[in-house]
Amino acid sequence: MPHISIRNLNVTYDGHPALRDVSVDLPDGQITVIIGPSGCGKTTLLRCCNRLIDLTEGARVSGSVLIDGANILDPSADLLALRKKTGYLAQKPYPLPMSIYDNVAYGPRLHGTRDRRQLDQIVERCLRASSLWEEVRARLRKPAAKLSVGQQQRLCLARALAVEPEVLLGDEPTSALDPLSAQLVEKRLIELRGDYTVVLVTHILRQARRLADYVVFLYLGELVEHGPAEEVFGHPRDPRTQAYLSGEVS
Amino acid sequence: MDRQRVEEAAFKALMLLSLGVLAASLGWVVLTVLVRGLPALTLEMITQIPRGGFYLGGEGGVLNAITGSLCLAFGATAAALLLSLPIVFFLQKEYGGGSRLAALTQLSLDVMWGIPSIVYGVFVFVIMRYVGLRASLLGGIIALCLVELPIMARAMQEVVKMVPVELKESSYALGATRLETAARVVWRHALPGLLTAVLLAFGRGIGDAASVLFTAGYTDNLPSSLTEQVASLPLAVFFLSGTHLEKVRQRAYACGAILLVMVLLLSIGARLLARRHQAYVQR
Amino acid sequence: MSRGFRDRAAAAVMGAIALSCLLLAFGIAVALVLKSRPILATTPIGRLLLSSSWRPSRGDFGFYPFIIGTLWVSGLAMAFAIPVCLLGAIYLSEYATSRVRAAAKPLLDMLAGIPPVVFGLWGVLGIVPLVSKLGTRLGSFTMGYSVLAAGIVLAVMVFPIIVSVTEEVLRKVPLEVREASLSLGATRWQTTKHVVLRAAFPGVFAATILGFSRAFGETMAVLMVAGNGYAQPHSLLDPAQTLPALIANNFGEMMSIPLYDSALMFAALLLLVVVLVFNVLATFVLRAVERRMA
Repeated sequence: MPHISIRNLNVTYDGHPALRDVSVDLPDGQITVIIGPSGCGKTTLLRCCNRLIDLTEGARVSGSVLIDGANILDPSADLLALRKKTGYLAQKPYPLPMSIYDNVAYGPRLHGTRDRRQLDQIVERCLRASSLWEEVRARLRKPAAKLSVGQQQRLCLARALAVEPEVLLGDEPTSALDPLSAQLVEKRLIELRGDYTVVLVTHILRQARRLADYVVFLYLGELVEHGPAEEVFGHPRDPRTQAYLSGEVS
Repeated sequence: MDRQRVEEAAFKALMLLSLGVLAASLGWVVLTVLVRGLPALTLEMITQIPRGGFYLGGEGGVLNAITGSLCLAFGATAAALLLSLPIVFFLQKEYGGGSRLAALTQLSLDVMWGIPSIVYGVFVFVIMRYVGLRASLLGGIIALCLVELPIMARAMQEVVKMVPVELKESSYALGATRLETAARVVWRHALPGLLTAVLLAFGRGIGDAASVLFTAGYTDNLPSSLTEQVASLPLAVFFLSGTHLEKVRQRAYACGAILLVMVLLLSIGARLLARRHQAYVQR
Repeated sequence: MSRGFRDRAAAAVMGAIALSCLLLAFGIAVALVLKSRPILATTPIGRLLLSSSWRPSRGDFGFYPFIIGTLWVSGLAMAFAIPVCLLGAIYLSEYATSRVRAAAKPLLDMLAGIPPVVFGLWGVLGIVPLVSKLGTRLGSFTMGYSVLAAGIVLAVMVFPIIVSVTEEVLRKVPLEVREASLSLGATRWQTTKHVVLRAAFPGVFAATILGFSRAFGETMAVLMVAGNGYAQPHSLLDPAQTLPALIANNFGEMMSIPLYDSALMFAALLLLVVVLVFNVLATFVLRAVERRMA
């Protein structure tokens, strides 16, 4: 049962096409990796899934993106509920200007959770889930800005998990991190699969091979090929995919 | 080639001289007022209101003006803050940012920034006469608010514009509304700058004379109600300095020193505040 | 109240406040025009602007001396300020280390924050006596309250705005443009002179306009050092009265003499128009410069 169904998605920025007629089903509970050369629409596709694309000036979107059967691009769709359902990890971690605790508690507080003990539990659970708990448990009240970049990204992961999403979207979430932190984040993402549908954008093929259950290959805004990882990596059908995977195009 | 070197050296010297002039003028102004004013500053000056004959050398102080200015400035700054924040947030992209209203509002703010404070004084005076309000604390607050508003709004805009869009996106991605993002994330990131803007406007408020000249009046009493006239430090300086009596002129200098010190302290305070809040903001 | 509703309501309130700000700006102009109508009805605008006869009790309102006074004082301030500020800004932008620049910023901020009346005090204590001495040296007796004194005081008052806007404009010139010039073998000064200043010229011009506009509208400091005569100044040592000073000096009388209040409102309108034109011009130029450099 595909979790996210994308149908005839077209996106233009000030008239220039960024995504042309993309249709694909992203499987439930698996890690889907979107790959392709830079500038080919990967991030655009990702940002359609939680409608962050709305915030980009000049962006025009048509088509539909169905999550659990409901088209999220419909103007009448409940945007706030949608964003609760989809967690987002940006390339560079942006901790909110508050303490570590408040960062993680931000989402739940927005959506109505006020009880102190409940929040404590959520914070601990999510920080454990992102492998950060042990490192910060003694300084939850300290400003989040003081953490290292790797820790900050894990904090952002915890923050995203705190609203109990079903889908996790990541826009090259490890590219700004040192190798050790990157590894930690990758491990977390692998372990989170199953409970969550994970969609990642990456330009590092080796990372894609490590993490992907399902692959989507975009080239110049077009969906060229998609399928289970073994198929796409092992027997790519389209010549463009072959060229990209063999390193000829980047 | 030599001519070039000489020219460059000459201009560099002139440039350094200019910097010297800039620095020296600040020093000259501050020193002149402090050196002439501080000796004349007595405890009486800051703790008493003018008694009979104060303007002719008699007893008393300028407490009326000090408290008057503080009331005027607090009132005006609070009013300007209540108006500035919504306007500045409104001008962001996710609110009215690209709309015609926003462009016109921006233009109005730019225009208002340049209007001399005496024009605001005249305008508010006209309105006051029209509605039957006489020279009073309230009138002065309204006029000062108009003077402070464009200054505060411009300073705040600079800061809010610098809030990284990715930070706001992090909040939106978690399901926050624009209001929640503004009220919980944006203001915190911009806080040092917002505070500086408020202090900047407040400093302007205690120092401006032209706008309160017609609208706040003057009195020897402490501020008592919104509908009574109120004294202000700049006007106290002005009135006291216009006499032939040296003793009274000394009081003008002392008043000027009080005003200068207040403004300098505000300036330093703003800077210190900004530094303390840096911890919570990721660069 | 749902969160979505709260958000939309807040947005509406913000929009309303923005709208009222807009209406306010408009309202100021409208109010002044309306209050100027009585005097414009009795005296042709040409007479108001060009006549030197100022006899309110006879209904004569000739603003010429005050217009000239304002122009002299502001013009003199600019003559002093432009070279100093331009050179200073060039140094800060092109030659200074970041430490010097960091030190200059609080300095300029402090100068900008000093209340006009304090500048007036300094003028009275420091500048007016000097002008008086200068006058005696030159053979014409003066107390010192003059165009010259006002020009000097105003110049110092507008230092911060001209320096900061000019410096900003210069810094906006892209690094690549400078590098292109330097890589062709030009010295730093040649690059500044021929490339940076040329590129930034409209912005620098706008900065001076903003300074002029600020000087034009200053009331308090000028009131204290310019002398407040009612005749047109004929030399730098003569006293003068500017439009803002005129309004400030006479607002007490204006109720007792017919048309006086309207005349002063007209003066305020004149002030508003001049300042507005300059400021809008300068703002547009600066925005265009910003767009071009980006």
